[in-house]
Amino acid sequence: MAELLAAGGTVRPVGGRTKIDWGAQGLEPDRELSTSALNSVVAHNYGDLTAILEAGLRLSDAQSVFASRGQRLALDVPDEHCEATIGGIVATGDSGPLRHRYGAVRDLILGVRVALPDGTVARAGSNVIKNVAGYDLAKLMCGALGTLGVVTEVTMRLHPLPSRTVTMVARGDDLVRLTASARALARSPLQFDALDLRWDGANGGGCVLAQAAGHVPGEIALTAAALAREGGLDADVLEDDGDIWNEQRARQRAADGGAVLRVSALPTSLEKVLATAASGVARAGIGLAWLRVAAEPEVVRRIREELAPAPCVLLDAPAALRAAVDAWGVSGPAVELARRVKQRFDPGAVCNPGRYVGGI
Amino acid sequence: MVTESVPHPDGVTDPSHRGVGRDLIGRLQAICGPEHVITHTHDLHAYRSDGLLYYATVPAVAVLPSSTAETQAVVRACHEARVPWVARGAGSGLSGGALPLANGVLLVLTRMNRILEVDLDNHRVVVEPGVANLAVSDAVGPGFFYPPDPSSQTVCSIGGNIAENSGGAHCFKYGFTTNYVLALEVVLPNGELVHLGGRGEADFPGYDLLGAFVGSEGTLGVATRVTLRVIPVPEHTKTLVAFFDGVIAAAAATSAIVAAGLTPAAIEMMDALAISASEQMAHAGWPSAAGAALLVELDGTQADCEAGFRELEDLCRASGSTEIRVASSAAERAVFWKMRKAAFPAAGRISGRYYVQDGVIPRTRLPEVLAKVEELATAYGLKVANVFHAGDGNLHPMVCYRDENEAERAAELASLILQACLDAGGSITGEHGVGVDKKAYMPRMFSEPDLAAFQKLRCAFDPDGLANPGKVMPTPRLCGEVPGPNRVHPLEAAGLAERF
Repeated sequence: MAELLAAGGTVRPVGGRTKIDWGAQGLEPDRELSTSALNSVVAHNYGDLTAILEAGLRLSDAQSVFASRGQRLALDVPDEHCEATIGGIVATGDSGPLRHRYGAVRDLILGVRVALPDGTVARAGSNVIKNVAGYDLAKLMCGALGTLGVVTEVTMRLHPLPSRTVTMVARGDDLVRLTASARALARSPLQFDALDLRWDGANGGGCVLAQAAGHVPGEIALTAAALAREGGLDADVLEDDGDIWNEQRARQRAADGGAVLRVSALPTSLEKVLATAASGVARAGIGLAWLRVAAEPEVVRRIREELAPAPCVLLDAPAALRAAVDAWGVSGPAVELARRVKQRFDPGAVCNPGRYVGGI
Repeated sequence: MVTESVPHPDGVTDPSHRGVGRDLIGRLQAICGPEHVITHTHDLHAYRSDGLLYYATVPAVAVLPSSTAETQAVVRACHEARVPWVARGAGSGLSGGALPLANGVLLVLTRMNRILEVDLDNHRVVVEPGVANLAVSDAVGPGFFYPPDPSSQTVCSIGGNIAENSGGAHCFKYGFTTNYVLALEVVLPNGELVHLGGRGEADFPGYDLLGAFVGSEGTLGVATRVTLRVIPVPEHTKTLVAFFDGVIAAAAATSAIVAAGLTPAAIEMMDALAISASEQMAHAGWPSAAGAALLVELDGTQADCEAGFRELEDLCRASGSTEIRVASSAAERAVFWKMRKAAFPAAGRISGRYYVQDGVIPRTRLPEVLAKVEELATAYGLKVANVFHAGDGNLHPMVCYRDENEAERAAELASLILQACLDAGGSITGEHGVGVDKKAYMPRMFSEPDLAAFQKLRCAFDPDGLANPGKVMPTPRLCGEVPGPNRVHPLEAAGLAERF
């Protein structure tokens, strides 16, 4: 991989192609570098709750291996067709509802092996769950969209797969009540695995979703339901909760012809954030929202204006929209610092040129 | 603890660096006020070491800014004068990461100790870097707490925690400093002010420079304002101590607990020597014949905790625990933890001097590595007390020795223990950092291309090598110019892209 990178010409690292157009439109690369041949579980150290995975491995395949030992990688990104790869998830920094409890990919990654544009292969981090030796280049690669090099292998921390989960669903058609209830649940000591909001506009209404695991998930969900009812919502407890979370994940991706904006806000801003679009989902305790919007530049601009300074990143979008607005929408000294990092790692700008923040 | 000092191993490493002159001292006095610029050797002696007393260097000058603006002005003055500097918080670090430079400025952040904002609806606090770790939990209690809890938490500063990516006893469930830093205001070594992680929004667009900065040991800049995530205090906490015949059995119990899918808030182990030492200070009345003690804490909702606790007790018994004591009150729980936390000072009592090692291994390799440590200790004729974060596989062997004659042998033994950790697929440091103390070990864990990649990051932040030079990297390296383009790219030729 490193040799291919150093051979000259611009490249686009490619995994399962599920988020291939994310980022700015950039420029057509000379060639694609596929990680598809790097698709094995190098080691599943189940006793240590860690695994070494090649970048081209599909998340779903990895999860099957882990599940056979009662474990999981606590990354539940939208992946309807089971095509997302580990490398692609690292590069895009995508995440799902489990982020509430387990963090993002940057919180679960322990080590990385990366092919750099200078033709070398560098490793950072370690294969153990605790390490502070050396710079944390593994985190640096998360969400970098392959612009610093091509990740070829990662070491991830795993978690026990709960034997049973129960989800509290509290419905309502008042966004103020829904977000207030979500805040109350987030402040409670109930330690949910996931805590989400869904909103379909004043006519469609919405819900708060709280998933409990552990020894007594039913009790936790019932306590949550009581709290939600106090907040004026219609609350139920779902034993069979797979579909409702699949739907939640699916709503992080665009519907036919539309676009998705990911808004990085604060938990207390979610009412305002969700009110800007006809449909959206949010991680209630984290302040992260995915809005399904019409694929029109003026819609993106209006939402960015209303929610400023909260960053609104364009994820899924038709090419015309991507060409018309900056997918990232941020600037400032931190972007200039990012540019200096890019210069050091990829001085020839061969990796995914023009796709990243600030035209990197 | 060794009190003899050795000079900084390589001092100023860059020929372009200059020493501290009268002009610079004048500027620092103008920025912070003369009373906050320390120049007398006698006063500077207080800053010659951090928590690792083995290394000592008296800095040329120490300056204590009280604000971001003052810090920025100090760093800018150093940059203009090409004088290297070292940032220091409480000075409790254990790897010499805050060891001053004889020709440099020591930037002491203890005056920046204000809690600026408490926003519990958004689960966050904003603090200055000099705030003590425990003060964060105090500021958000009783409903919330800040999970990373290094043993030194009553004194260690948040700024220092960020530099070292500090851990603590509760990271097995809750994670490390890096998982709780939402945003940082940082003064870069050229004096620029940047905000990493925006205002603390998740997935702030751009490289995760926040993640790269946490744990960078003061080599990328100095944090002046810190946004931390805090979380609700669990409804219920339950703690037990299980005694075993020896550390091997206790290690097996640890593996069994984790394999069963339990995620305790803490799993801490003490061996016989550590127990007997702590007993002299904490007086818990633990059985004197115990070969090892495993301190396990579960938290969560009361029902969840109770259910998990039954399973926990069964697992300890099945792994050969000779006795289990459950803390029946908050006071008893405090005594259990006092035993654990007294281990380090207590080791000083039993041996006069000791060297604390910090190595990590995959948890499943605990039995064999602990056996190896015992074998090495016997061969060297030195006592090694083991007290460590068993859940994380993070060992803290305390190599005890009596006097200067044994110091070298103790250092050699500590080094071999670290090698045993590496041989088992682990790391040379889990939470104390590399600093000056472990930089010589870096090539044992990382290859030349790995180190070269680290240097790329460092040079992006600090091309002049002014921030904490001589730390982390095994040999001094210069940055040089930004690598230039080696060819005109077709996109550039077509006017479609520019080089950055």
